[in-house]
Amino acid sequence: MEHKEHHIMSVKVATAVLAALLFLTFVTVAVSKVDLGYFNVVVALLLATTKSLFVVLFFMHLKYENNTMKAFVFICFLILAIFIGFTFFDVAYR
Amino acid sequence: MQNQTSEPIPTFFEDSGSDRKGLAAWLLSTDHKRIGLMYLYMVLGMFIIGVCLGLAIRLELFSPGKTIMEAQTYNAVFTLHGVIMIFLVVIPSIPAAFGNIILPIQLGAEDVAFPRLNLFSFWLYLTGAALAIISLFAGDGPPDTGWTFYVPFSEFTTTNVNTAISAVFILGFSSILTGLNFITTIHRLRAPGLKWSKLTLFSWSLYATAWIQVLATPIIGITALLIIAERVLGVGLFDPAKGGDPILYQHLFWIYSHPAVYIMILPAMGVVSEIIPVFARKAIFGYKAIAFSSLMIAFAGSLVWAHHMFTSGMSDTAVLIFSLLTFIVAIPSAIKVFNWVATLYKGSIFIEPPLLYALGFIFLFSIGGMTGLILGSAGTDVHVHDTYFVVSHFHYVVFGGTGFGLFGAMHYWFQKIYGRMYNKNVATTAWAILMIGFNMLYMPLFVIGMQGMPRRYYDYLPQYTTGHQISTYG
Repeated sequence: MEHKEHHIMSVKVATAVLAALLFLTFVTVAVSKVDLGYFNVVVALLLATTKSLFVVLFFMHLKYENNTMKAFVFICFLILAIFIGFTFFDVAYR
Repeated sequence: MQNQTSEPIPTFFEDSGSDRKGLAAWLLSTDHKRIGLMYLYMVLGMFIIGVCLGLAIRLELFSPGKTIMEAQTYNAVFTLHGVIMIFLVVIPSIPAAFGNIILPIQLGAEDVAFPRLNLFSFWLYLTGAALAIISLFAGDGPPDTGWTFYVPFSEFTTTNVNTAISAVFILGFSSILTGLNFITTIHRLRAPGLKWSKLTLFSWSLYATAWIQVLATPIIGITALLIIAERVLGVGLFDPAKGGDPILYQHLFWIYSHPAVYIMILPAMGVVSEIIPVFARKAIFGYKAIAFSSLMIAFAGSLVWAHHMFTSGMSDTAVLIFSLLTFIVAIPSAIKVFNWVATLYKGSIFIEPPLLYALGFIFLFSIGGMTGLILGSAGTDVHVHDTYFVVSHFHYVVFGGTGFGLFGAMHYWFQKIYGRMYNKNVATTAWAILMIGFNMLYMPLFVIGMQGMPRRYYDYLPQYTTGHQISTYG
């Protein structure tokens, strides 16, 4: 099996991602103090998703993988989203 | 590849590069063929245990009232029949046994992508099997929840649910690792020139199966852990008194366990797609349609879990949507059946045991599939839910489908594995007995199910006696 050389992330990018993650963490905490009603959950989840996306793309190197690998990860998340989403056909309409 | 002139030609079982002898040469072997055969023998051993438990159930139901065992024992027997047959027999049967033996050969690979992980997966399977059997004898009696471990009963019963559910957790891990191995193998280890469009249909079916194993099995793992958390820590996730939701358990359980049906049936369909063109002496009709329908079944089959829950109290909207989605699965299943029949059409057919099993599969699976539509329509399902109609339906699919597929595979690949031919007369007779017995056993259950005989009941009204007796003779 051929092994492509691993991409090495520059310190600059790594630091930028770290800063973004810290900033988003700060935003998460700040937003939780504001009463948005139902949307508190939505905003919190969106922020968490963005943060995990940063981790997966940069720290877990998905950005530098080939398209097959990207497709795999996408399918996994899609199926997970379906599993959770479809459960709401029940929960949301009871 | 291996057989240079000076060295002896390796046998099918050769564990290349290992100098272990005796039992260790098998139990510690990372060779895909040996692991596959060990799976096969384990599966067959467990199958015999499962059959004995099934026979005990049938004997108990031979006449109303107590026949051979107490009600509590009966509950334990049908639970273990379910757990053993589902998790230890049908799920690993074709993918783990024949997938391991045949897949790398069909791909032209030397072994699976991760041979050691493969062995680890087999050991996990062994551990799970051991735990399942230990749960029979240890603690406060064998589990009596049914193989579905439904809450709230499974949270409060004093029987040995923890051990049984740990077994399920471990077996799930084994299944995930096998799936992961197969996906990687099919992607990375195909022989040069073996394009996706040239992959055998058995490999395609294993590929679709492997995806379900990887994506759906973790959910049963988590669910199993949650049950243990409920029992040990009293977390209250499924307990309404503590703000939990018992229907959530059913969702989580069936998100895995419905796709699991396709883990069972897809490889069997792959086997049938291998057998039919050989014995019809004709190329398979609609190769691409069959390959694609495997993926379609895997995907669509993952969206329909809540059709097991029409009467659970979930929302009517969900009932409607899941009923509709369920009918979608019938499309790729029918594509396969029609293509098999079209392959046989004007073929130069010679009847041999593998083909008989394949034809048996088509016949029995079609009955199982059609009755599935009755259960998939929300209206009729309310009438027959939790009756023997359901029991009969899933035995037609799982035993008539996967079971016959497994036996077909055993006959079809027998010579490749053992280097000699089985006795064709014995094999044909066995098939005939199995076919007659199977239909005699499960056909009456459709009838008494329609009449209202509930499943899992220890006792029954006298009007169902005839049906039960015909079934037991079968």
